[in-house]
Amino acid sequence: MSYRLLSVVRRQRTGRGWQNWSSGRSGASAAEAHPVALPAQAQVVICGGGIMGTSVAYHLAKMGWKDIVLLEQGRLAAGSTRFCAGILSTARHLSIEQKMADYSNKLYHQLEQETGIQTGYIRTGSVFLAQTQDRLISLKRINSRLNVIGIPSEIISPKKVAELHPLLNVHDLVGAMHVPEDAVVSSADVALALASAASQNGVQIYDRTSILHVMVKKGQVTAVETDKGQIECQYFVNCAGQWAYELGLSNEEPVSIPLHACEHFYLLTRPLETPLRSNTPTVVDADGRIFIRNWQGGILSGGFEKNPKPIFTEGKNQLEIQNLQEDWDHFEPLLSSLLRRMPDLETLEILKLVNCPETFTPDMRCIMGESPSVQGYFVLAGMNSAGLSFGGGAGRYLAEWMVHGYPSENIWELDLKRFGALQSSRTFLRHRVMEVMPLLYDLKVPRWDFQTGRQLRTSPLYDRLDAQGARWMEKHGFERPKYFVPPDKDLLALEQSKTFYKPDWFDIVESEVKCCKEAVCVIDMSSFTKFEITSAGDQALEVLQYLFSNDLDVPVGHIVHTGMLNQAGGYENDCSIARLGKRSFFMISPTDQQVHCWAWLKKHMPEDSNLLLEDVTWKYTALNLIGPRAVDVLSELSYAPMTPDHFPSLFCKEMSVGYANGIRVMSMTHTGEPGFMLYIPIEYALHVYNEVMSVGQKYGIRNAGYYALRSLRIEKFFAFWGQDLNTLTTPLECGRESWVKLEKGMDFIGRDALLQQKQNGVYKRLTMFILDDHDTDLDLWPWWGEPIYRNGQYAGKTTSSAYSYTLERHVCLGFVHNFSEDTGEEQVVTADFINRGEYEIDIAGHRFQAKAKLYPVTSLFTHKRRKDDVELSDLHGK
Amino acid sequence: MSISALLSMGRCCCRCCCPRGLWMLSAPCCDDRRMCVCPGPRRIGIPIRSSSLPLFSDAMPAPTQLFFPLIRNCELSRIYGTACYCHHRHLCCSSPYLAQSRLRYAPHPAYATFCRPKESWWQYTQGRRYASTPQKFYLTPPQVNSILKANEYSFKVPEFDGKNVSSVLGFDSNQLPANAPIEDRRSAATCLQTRGMLLGVFDGHAGCACSQAVSERLFYYIAVSLLPHETLLEIENAVESGRALLPILQWHKHPNDYFSKEASKLYFNSLRTYWQELIDLNTGESTDIDVKEALINAFKRLDNDISLEAQVGDPNSFLNYLVLRVAFSGATACVAHVDGVDLHVANTGDSRAMLGVQEEDGSWSAVTLSNDHNAQNERELERLKLEHPKNEAKSVVKQDRLLGLLMPFRAFGDVKFKWSIDLQKRVIESGPDQLNDNEYTKFIPPNYYTPPYLTAEPEVTYHRLRPQDKFLVLATDGLWETMHRQDVVRIVGEYLTGMHHQQPIAVGGYKVTLGQMHGLLTERRAKMSSVFEDQNAATHLIRHAVGNNEFGTVDHERLSKMLSLPEELARMYRDDITIIVVQFNSHVVGAYQNQE
Repeated sequence: MSYRLLSVVRRQRTGRGWQNWSSGRSGASAAEAHPVALPAQAQVVICGGGIMGTSVAYHLAKMGWKDIVLLEQGRLAAGSTRFCAGILSTARHLSIEQKMADYSNKLYHQLEQETGIQTGYIRTGSVFLAQTQDRLISLKRINSRLNVIGIPSEIISPKKVAELHPLLNVHDLVGAMHVPEDAVVSSADVALALASAASQNGVQIYDRTSILHVMVKKGQVTAVETDKGQIECQYFVNCAGQWAYELGLSNEEPVSIPLHACEHFYLLTRPLETPLRSNTPTVVDADGRIFIRNWQGGILSGGFEKNPKPIFTEGKNQLEIQNLQEDWDHFEPLLSSLLRRMPDLETLEILKLVNCPETFTPDMRCIMGESPSVQGYFVLAGMNSAGLSFGGGAGRYLAEWMVHGYPSENIWELDLKRFGALQSSRTFLRHRVMEVMPLLYDLKVPRWDFQTGRQLRTSPLYDRLDAQGARWMEKHGFERPKYFVPPDKDLLALEQSKTFYKPDWFDIVESEVKCCKEAVCVIDMSSFTKFEITSAGDQALEVLQYLFSNDLDVPVGHIVHTGMLNQAGGYENDCSIARLGKRSFFMISPTDQQVHCWAWLKKHMPEDSNLLLEDVTWKYTALNLIGPRAVDVLSELSYAPMTPDHFPSLFCKEMSVGYANGIRVMSMTHTGEPGFMLYIPIEYALHVYNEVMSVGQKYGIRNAGYYALRSLRIEKFFAFWGQDLNTLTTPLECGRESWVKLEKGMDFIGRDALLQQKQNGVYKRLTMFILDDHDTDLDLWPWWGEPIYRNGQYAGKTTSSAYSYTLERHVCLGFVHNFSEDTGEEQVVTADFINRGEYEIDIAGHRFQAKAKLYPVTSLFTHKRRKDDVELSDLHGK
Repeated sequence: MSISALLSMGRCCCRCCCPRGLWMLSAPCCDDRRMCVCPGPRRIGIPIRSSSLPLFSDAMPAPTQLFFPLIRNCELSRIYGTACYCHHRHLCCSSPYLAQSRLRYAPHPAYATFCRPKESWWQYTQGRRYASTPQKFYLTPPQVNSILKANEYSFKVPEFDGKNVSSVLGFDSNQLPANAPIEDRRSAATCLQTRGMLLGVFDGHAGCACSQAVSERLFYYIAVSLLPHETLLEIENAVESGRALLPILQWHKHPNDYFSKEASKLYFNSLRTYWQELIDLNTGESTDIDVKEALINAFKRLDNDISLEAQVGDPNSFLNYLVLRVAFSGATACVAHVDGVDLHVANTGDSRAMLGVQEEDGSWSAVTLSNDHNAQNERELERLKLEHPKNEAKSVVKQDRLLGLLMPFRAFGDVKFKWSIDLQKRVIESGPDQLNDNEYTKFIPPNYYTPPYLTAEPEVTYHRLRPQDKFLVLATDGLWETMHRQDVVRIVGEYLTGMHHQQPIAVGGYKVTLGQMHGLLTERRAKMSSVFEDQNAATHLIRHAVGNNEFGTVDHERLSKMLSLPEELARMYRDDITIIVVQFNSHVVGAYQNQE
């Protein structure tokens, strides 16, 4: 049974648009008989003739780059692309993914017209079924977000589902989401059409050409070595799908592209007696772990099983994905699920069980962007079996990235630089993708942590904290405490704790927050990325002044909050920099900045042997002492006065704590609460922690975790990079004018953009919302990505949210835009505009009134209690 | 648990039945089917009708009594055509009269006190006659598993330098009791002064004393027999000068496999005497030690020592009683010695060693490496007839039993079949009171003219391992009488090679509907799930042996019933089962082959 699946290639051999191809498409023998010489040089070499490679080539050519070579080791569209189930679905969890899928949909729709190649595009729509209320909530959240970016969708009743699809059993459904503009398409033909259009625009395509490795000189791509010769190039794009990992490793200086393949099965049947209409909607039954689409009058049904089978861990390379073994026993749960959903299919005859490997990434998001270590080395891979949906959009963003230096959307969530070499272990990937693949159809609830690939990086205090009831989350491989479960309290099991409502740790975090407000808490924050920049002369100060927007020429011992901006004034990083000495600086950035920030600094720092940049993340354990009594604890441990007069806010001093000397104590807490950060050389970590805990006992010290920190910082309107801030937001857009010194006497990256913005005004503004009519116990909790409505008009989305135990309200942060009512164009946002609006936040279709604030609630900063407020319970240990 | 439910399970192990199909209870309880008498410290019975009834009822083992109501049901079940296989008929199946007379004695007060622990069961059985709907209760799968896994043990031969140099990968063993306490024993050990690994199963009868002693001692005798002269000298010198001894065996024991501390000194002295004799015999001319000869010598020597220790006695009264119990009970032994590609199996009795061979097409076949020493073995019958005068030809094997009493034709211990009548009487008289009061020990087998009738000498089989020899199953007859050897090898083979044995389904060009495929897959999954429950090949085999239905798949309901049988009934439906599955390393075996 060796027919070409979902492909009409044979038909198109004679079609137009193929003439420009320069290799033996007409048969292997021809190609081997007359080897075609590769060009000696090109601007861009793209590896991979699947949908990703062809899409990148197509978009680059559209943007005017012509000197492009696309190399494919087998035949075009012969990898995962050939076997892809061909479902284009826009219902994604991330906004950026929704946008990519939406663009792909529009692109594929007009592709046949543009190229004359049939792509099999049929607008079928899709129906997402919900067997449980929780699933319905999840769909409602997606639905709200789809609507605001202009993709029609609606929540429908089971009865309506039965009308949309005649074969469905709807008795166990509570509802569904209908997305009418979703489509099915032949992915192989889409890839061929893109390739054809690209080649018409001058892209040269060579198949049966394997890339051996990419040659790099001075951190810059110079050439590509293939089995048919060398091509000099400036840019290399790795679109090798499941072979991207191996190709990345084949470099002399390896490029880590963490992805791993799993076997993926779907079933094809012969046509039904009355064949399904071609526009029958695609059905996704995530609770049953299956998808079902019509296929030539029969059905195509696959799914994402609970026990995936990872393959190619050892990196076996194959030219094309040969038909792997069909594994019916493995497919059995999915088949049961299918027959439960469509009982009438019992008598339908099987055509085939297709095994097509799909590639998965450690966090279920695709990988794109430039390598942190090799300039000009771009990657687009790891599609988590949504390659067809993302292909068009992802190709476009990557092309924009290469041509303009930046994509038009914020793609940090998909950026290759969110990973480092630490996610590149084969064992890690193999274990993690076994969790990721089922997660595609698992319920996605807030605050989900991966269970596999854990305990990779830990603080030296890990065991101590774990023994005290710490529950852990992971960021960039580092274990961080979420909260501490008291010995007398039991939490729900992992599966039961999944909720969109009030979580079971609510009271625990409340007591931690309270302790931070009234006494003192200690949070292990060792995961933060820590760099040291030193120089022989003034080079360090000079380069930092150029890279950062705030004025760093401050007296020694001062700490400066500053952004590391790009040319457009957007945040590349948001960090705190302590001036340790005249010529040395200590830089603290978010955990997941380790790779990105390093790459940015390296890229912009001059080659100067007198200038030293060092990653000291691993050298220090960071303890955050938050709370009014932190002063007392530290002064008792150091015999040094720690009051604000002696140790003002945002100050850094090396001092002794307990027996340990050389602890960097900084008077800041990342929360706006009083307290100190202690940066402790790791060998002292246990000692200092023990001392702090034993001395702190009489001040009511306790451990706290990141959930308490999060609640504290969001109620104080502290934005975090990666969640609230990204490369497209400027300091002016989030009220941080005071952290930008436009007149610091020298130019810095992004200054021009900021000057202009200051003149013209901002087009969006980070705003804090306090939910008014929201019942914490009974209503759905906000998460992030909820649409914000101003006077009934869509105005933006939230970026993060938390419950404020002080305000006893939910607080959301989000950007407010000013879309013109007539044209939809973005207009300037003023403080007045913000203040004059009535706001609502849409949580899964339900709108809650919210008060907008541009500045934090001032009452939170006054900690003094009136004398008559003191009560007996204040005498209890916390 | 209802009795009819038990019987409908299609297998009645009450192996005492009368000729002409009349269901009858044998005079002495045959709760040990190997011997038609029930000796042992608790269960004393007498095989002759003339014994006085009061004594009988006092001494009669509880199970026997309990079966009286059962007999009726047996008849019923026979009508319903239930297959009962009772292939061990014997002489002492008594007349209807006796059965009735005993029935009359059933409610005797003495009996009632005797079996108080089982009272509830007894009452229930009585009540059963009136209650028409039997109460059902099943063990849950986890309960079943905990019973099956209670005695499981696995050993993996450690790998050195990443290269496994042993031809044995490891072994899985397990045992399931039917007698209480279990009379089977197992042993496994690695020889430290010579190469090779020893594995053995021992099936005791008339109590567990002899099988226990053999399981502790036999491997030492074998190891000593294999030791070169110099090593023996070294050990003897060390003993003599009070230095630390060279270790001989590395045991691989389940926590339940105990060694008796009390007899340790006595056993050591006997063993030392043995190696001293070996040293004396070998006067320096170092010849290659023949494994076969060593095995035979060890078996015979140990049996001889058991016999001698009982004759000599021990000043310690506990030990004295122990050695007598060892000698008067019996045990079969099936021992494998694996050294590289050389596999020797020494067998005494009716346990069996079976080699699992994987054919080129992946299928499994069984190669038997031992001969059963019982009435089914023509050569054994021949041997017995030749060893005794012609006029005994009819009496030496009766009802397929040695002297009409003992099923295995070779065994350790069982001095009743080895000693002269004089010696037996003398030892019993001078022995402790417990022995004197024991009707069984006093009882002399009928037609006992030319002892010994029994030997412990093993039959040794040699097999040179080939790469296709994947594993060896050593098991007591409890397994072999419930399962065909071919099934045993297939089940273990399929278990060890994992789930791949199920040929992957391919639709190919056939017309298959989704419904048909679904049915097929569900069936296959049910089959597989029983494999996944077990981490131990021996456990898996026991699960099949006990729980197999007529289709050859494990039936949980059946398994649950069989395992929840009361202690007294269990022996009727199954025997103790002890299994060791030794896995061979085909690569190492192949490498040995290539070397030559």
